[in-house]
Amino acid sequence: MDIQITLRVDGAAHPLTVDTRTTLLDALRERLRNTSPKKGCDHGQCGACTVLLDGRRVNSCLVLAVTVGNAEVTTSDGLAEGDQPHALHRSFVARDAFQCGYCTPGQVCSAAGVIEEARAGWPSAVTADLAADEVDLTDDEIRERMSGNLCRCAAYANIVPAVADVARASRVRS
Amino acid sequence: MREFRYERATDVAGAVALLADAPEGAFLGGGTNLVDLMKLGVATPDVLVDVRELTSREVTELPDGGLRIGAGVPNADLAADRRVRERFPVLAQALLAGASGQLRNRATTGGNLLQRTRCSYFTDVTRPCNKRSPGSGCAALEGVHRNHAILGQTIAGPEDAATCVATHPSDMAVAMLALDAVVRVLGPDGERAVPIADLHRLPGDDPSRDTTLRHGELITAIDLPGLAMPSRYRKVRDRASFAFALVSIAAALRVEDGVVQDVRLALGEWRTSPGGPPPRSTCCAACRRPRRRSRVRRSRSSREPRRWRTTASRSRWPATSSSEPCWT
Repeated sequence: MDIQITLRVDGAAHPLTVDTRTTLLDALRERLRNTSPKKGCDHGQCGACTVLLDGRRVNSCLVLAVTVGNAEVTTSDGLAEGDQPHALHRSFVARDAFQCGYCTPGQVCSAAGVIEEARAGWPSAVTADLAADEVDLTDDEIRERMSGNLCRCAAYANIVPAVADVARASRVRS
Repeated sequence: MREFRYERATDVAGAVALLADAPEGAFLGGGTNLVDLMKLGVATPDVLVDVRELTSREVTELPDGGLRIGAGVPNADLAADRRVRERFPVLAQALLAGASGQLRNRATTGGNLLQRTRCSYFTDVTRPCNKRSPGSGCAALEGVHRNHAILGQTIAGPEDAATCVATHPSDMAVAMLALDAVVRVLGPDGERAVPIADLHRLPGDDPSRDTTLRHGELITAIDLPGLAMPSRYRKVRDRASFAFALVSIAAALRVEDGVVQDVRLALGEWRTSPGGPPPRSTCCAACRRPRRRSRVRRSRSSREPRRWRTTASRSRWPATSSSEPCWT
């Protein structure tokens, strides 16, 4: 069954007619030709499809496009400002935090979400004091919070410092 | 995936009315489990009624010091709620021990309770599974089942229509069971309140029914009674993060003057539903009675600050008087 929607993606509105079965991931990739989010497992297990929905990281493969409504979708592509890469993009390059790069846009969106969640004081499963107001994004915290993003090249050893560099820099700024 | 009609209502009553007219329809919350099951062909609704933005996304205070959690509250928000972290740490820990950051952002409180088992035969439509396809048998019984139920299951042979050894995968439900949560439900026949111990059912002779909810009933909120008790959640799994439990336990304990006044325990992934068959609470009545002083003794090494060591090991606890053996 077809339905008309308008997707707001990376700052632009896109009117679309989609089958109700279309996921946000497929709408982005197949209809809008935004190939920044990747299809890995298509079951919410690998995180390659991670995008920000109104600023919160989600698996776009498990979100039906018809449910998105007016929410703003931000892909890794949209994190850049014009020709200027996002701090996480630069950090992933500087730290050599990938090999094939397939999971990288999902890792970057997830990391952007992790930094915001930590800034809001959200605890994780490895946070010792659940009642603490502030979260220090230690390497253990980053590993736990990024566990929804798999990297089959196993670049984890460089992904953790890539995220940590930006998390600590943004903390100094704020 | 089967074609479906997508519906939205203006309020929860409208959503309930829509689904009442759709015997093969389903409510859609965050969709993190349902959409996946639809892709796999395990769930085949012909209508989806979207309730994610209809049910409350607020956590509000109850007069007894408890909390009312709107069914639409995302798992991430509930785990981050300061009142939950301070008053019900077992619940925050259970939520944070489940899924990934992305999934917790999307999954709702109501939907978490209604997620289906992750038994690999349930999600594989080419294999027999009484939960997915009643009467087809159980491939898990003689298959890969090291993480399946050891309590509460029905075992009558791999081809029997009642056999089911699947577990319920929710961490959150286990914590809510230890906290004696009450599930508020709106259905075609009106509202009702279901103690969470009565929500999930054992397979019995119909493994296809996970819960006691009727078609068209919508979870609108979950109430946590005000219990000022230290509480913790512990989970054992095959990897350190983003994995379902092999076993888990939610525990809350209140000790006053050397006497355990209240102890609440609930088990996850040991059995085919969180918690236990009769008793309908987290454990048997005998286990829920206040312990005598002999069950707790003051540490001899130090009087100040007071430290207590419980000797209430499982094997020492009284046997239940009910006909069903107590899991302790």
